[in-house]
Amino acid sequence: MHLTRDEEDILAGESGAVKQKAMEILVALGDIYNAERLIPIESAQIAGVSYKTIGEAGLEYLTDLSGKVVVPTMLNPMGMDRYKWRQMGIDETFVERQLAIIRRYELLGIDAQCTCTPYYVNAPRAGAHLSWAESSAVSYANSVLGARTNREGGPSALAAALVGKTPDYGYHRDENRVPDISVRIDFPLAGSDFGALGYVVGKMVKSQVPQFSFVAPPNADELKALGAAMAASGSVALFFTSERAMPREILEVDRSDVDIYSSSEPDVVVLGCPHCSRSELAGIARLLEGRTVARPLWICTSRFVADRSSSVISRIEASGASVICDTCMIVSPAFEKRRMMVNSGKALEYGPSLCNSHTFIGTTANCITAACTA
Amino acid sequence: MLKRIKGRIIAKGIGEGPAVVTRQPLSFLGGIDPKQGVIMDPHHELRGTSIAGTVLAFPQGKGSTVGSYVLYQLKRNNKAPAAIINALSETIVAVGAIISNIPLIDKLEVDPIAAIKPGSHVLVNCVEGFVEVEK
Repeated sequence: MHLTRDEEDILAGESGAVKQKAMEILVALGDIYNAERLIPIESAQIAGVSYKTIGEAGLEYLTDLSGKVVVPTMLNPMGMDRYKWRQMGIDETFVERQLAIIRRYELLGIDAQCTCTPYYVNAPRAGAHLSWAESSAVSYANSVLGARTNREGGPSALAAALVGKTPDYGYHRDENRVPDISVRIDFPLAGSDFGALGYVVGKMVKSQVPQFSFVAPPNADELKALGAAMAASGSVALFFTSERAMPREILEVDRSDVDIYSSSEPDVVVLGCPHCSRSELAGIARLLEGRTVARPLWICTSRFVADRSSSVISRIEASGASVICDTCMIVSPAFEKRRMMVNSGKALEYGPSLCNSHTFIGTTANCITAACTA
Repeated sequence: MLKRIKGRIIAKGIGEGPAVVTRQPLSFLGGIDPKQGVIMDPHHELRGTSIAGTVLAFPQGKGSTVGSYVLYQLKRNNKAPAAIINALSETIVAVGAIISNIPLIDKLEVDPIAAIKPGSHVLVNCVEGFVEVEK
């Protein structure tokens, strides 16, 4: 890989040991994936934030780190709502370790907004190069916003944030941003159907780049659900829905393939994977109008969106449901070993493995009805 | 007799020790106990094997990227491998080795998994970019 003189200097340790290590990481990744150079990034987003996922290993590493990030950087969800952790039943030892992690990130100059939807806070422009780690945000940035990011790991995104650059390979490059396989959907879909579709298609296409053709164009929330599910059940980081030449390889999907909805009885219902947008919160508020929950209903969103949706949240919480921020059902220890109903293909994939919870999916409307039925 | 095999340096340094060799990829998060340095993945052929102070040869990492931090934790607990040899490195092990100062080499001229006898003494030189094995 070719390095500029400034980059060579950082690699030689002239900007300190922390940036030197970060540069070593970027150069090693560049070598492994055959990049020719480093390119500047406009923002970073770091996964590995919940104490449940990174544990003492991650906290120890972060504690030894110093320096400052040089591009705007946000965090993935942590293990609890910053204020409502008692209500979530999180124990104080966890809280103490979790807050220590957040403090370490803040000392590095990172904006400690913990969300898998950083694009609601600060949307990257089309064509911007990013180093984002959250797989659903990677998919959304690449596929919906037209920005460019590989699917980073937590430590590689952090290295990129400290240096402000990333190796030029993968989805940063035009030649890799082309579809591999056509997915034809000739029946109508709406809302959470797109999460179910993504769950099914992700398993089939794995890391390929699918190009969809739909009966009607999906909205932004539906594209978010589709991409998040494909990134979890497969490792899709880019997909297309625009009119363009369809790849010759075709994946046929029937309506019956996508009908993975279950009528099991949950002991908890959790929505907001990925974190709810303002319009999704408004939709949930409409469905809950005049109803009362009979079993726990949690709705996850970012603090940024929650702060701008206070009247909608009051309407939701009038039903007895709780809106929580900074966290989600997958990375919080609050949703382990449950019978969990979700409206998300991504949560359906991770609930069994990461929460040890029997997890099943319903439409948003059916989730709300299940929560309101004794 | 010693034999030198050239490779690509991913993480700098020099380390040596008895070889632990497997054809199966390794997941560090959940697959290795960071306190004991022992492989604990119940599905792995080397379950129960200690990797502390060894030269660990495996095709590549798999699983969560938090695995990088597990390598760091192993190092802090003095249970890390002395060096790592991969067939072809990927992000998790590469990043973990760099932040933990564990020498890591990959893309050897010959298949390391076949060339290295388990238990034999191996030296990994990631300053010059070679592995030295008993012939």
